[in-house]
Amino acid sequence: MSKLPEIISRHQDAIRADWLKQMSGAVRRSDLISNEEVDSQSRELMTAIATGAKSGEVTNVDGPAWSSARETLGAISASRAKQGFTTGETATFVLSLKQPLFSIIRKELAASPDAMFDEIWKTTLLVDKLALVTADAFQNTREKFIARQQEELMELSTPVVKLWEGILALPIIGTLDSARTQVVMESLLQAVVQTNSRVAIIDITGVPTVDTLVAQHLLKTITAARLMGADCIISGVRPQIAQTIVHLGIDLAGVITKAKLADAFALALQRTNQAVVKLSGENGKKTFFKKEE
Amino acid sequence: MERIPILRMGQFLLVTIQVDMHDRLALQLQDDLTQKISECSSRGVLIDISTLEIVDSFIGRMLANIAAMARVLDAETVVVGMQPAVAITLVELGMSLSGVRTALNVEMGMELLYELRGDFHAEMGE
Repeated sequence: MSKLPEIISRHQDAIRADWLKQMSGAVRRSDLISNEEVDSQSRELMTAIATGAKSGEVTNVDGPAWSSARETLGAISASRAKQGFTTGETATFVLSLKQPLFSIIRKELAASPDAMFDEIWKTTLLVDKLALVTADAFQNTREKFIARQQEELMELSTPVVKLWEGILALPIIGTLDSARTQVVMESLLQAVVQTNSRVAIIDITGVPTVDTLVAQHLLKTITAARLMGADCIISGVRPQIAQTIVHLGIDLAGVITKAKLADAFALALQRTNQAVVKLSGENGKKTFFKKEE
Repeated sequence: MERIPILRMGQFLLVTIQVDMHDRLALQLQDDLTQKISECSSRGVLIDISTLEIVDSFIGRMLANIAAMARVLDAETVVVGMQPAVAITLVELGMSLSGVRTALNVEMGMELLYELRGDFHAEMGE
């Protein structure tokens, strides 16, 4: 039977004080976290560890007795990941618990070296496992972070703009992959319904390369829009891209393509029976749009 | 038996699909519609599928078939009000319905039909 649970619960405060001292020597990031927070985090974790150890299963961190310790660690790592700690710094928070525990065990079991070694080994196992739990939780939080940012980036990069009554524009920036095509298609079709638009201009000025896959994705989007009753115009085709398209043998027959967004807009106005008219007279530079009779 | 009503509006026919399309219903619609086109000598068919939320390849093919049949009977077909999800599904199924004309809503569909017929009359010098 391990003596560790008893030692921990008896010397909880002493261990914690020593631990805090250890931490301030190793990884005290006062720019990221306040003393009070470290203090309350360590208190919480210490209590949870004492509870876990009481079960007698000192090294079985996956057991039900340790669930509160795991949760506490998870919460601490998550908050640290958000605060900008590195993985190393977060792991050290737990690992620096080793030395205080060792010194207490040494003091308590000085009489029997065998028992002392035993307890020290168990403590090492326990703290290492807790550190692993921490690292895992930290990593998870970071990954969730990245996934959310990717999602946000995806939404940010596919705005659908209403140019004029019945005319939508969809400037695409960056490469079109399958996932993005899906988002682009959905947001375009949704906007078509909402704004009752008959013409959608897909501007690919910001698309670095057009290969067969990108072309296929574009064609899918155009077909879906057509099924709903909206015509698509592709604009912003750069000379190099026009060459690539022909060299690759991509068939864009049946799709209207224009070199510039302005050209596409002019065509869209024509399609929707609208026109841009220059005002004559003193302020002849003014232009306005009107619906043709 | 359940049937999809076909309404006559002058020289055009209006079909509004407001129930779940199952295969028998689709075939029945095909029958009824061709019958009605020849009966009324209609020049155009407007199919409103704005409440249709689920499609499969069969329904997709049926729409294409109806358009082709109507074409043979000298009537233009316009499918209107397709939901975004339906459009995406059809594209993913590889059905572009290239022979079918489309419009956003019934109003625009009607406009398109008149336009198409107008062109026809102009060609004929009427």
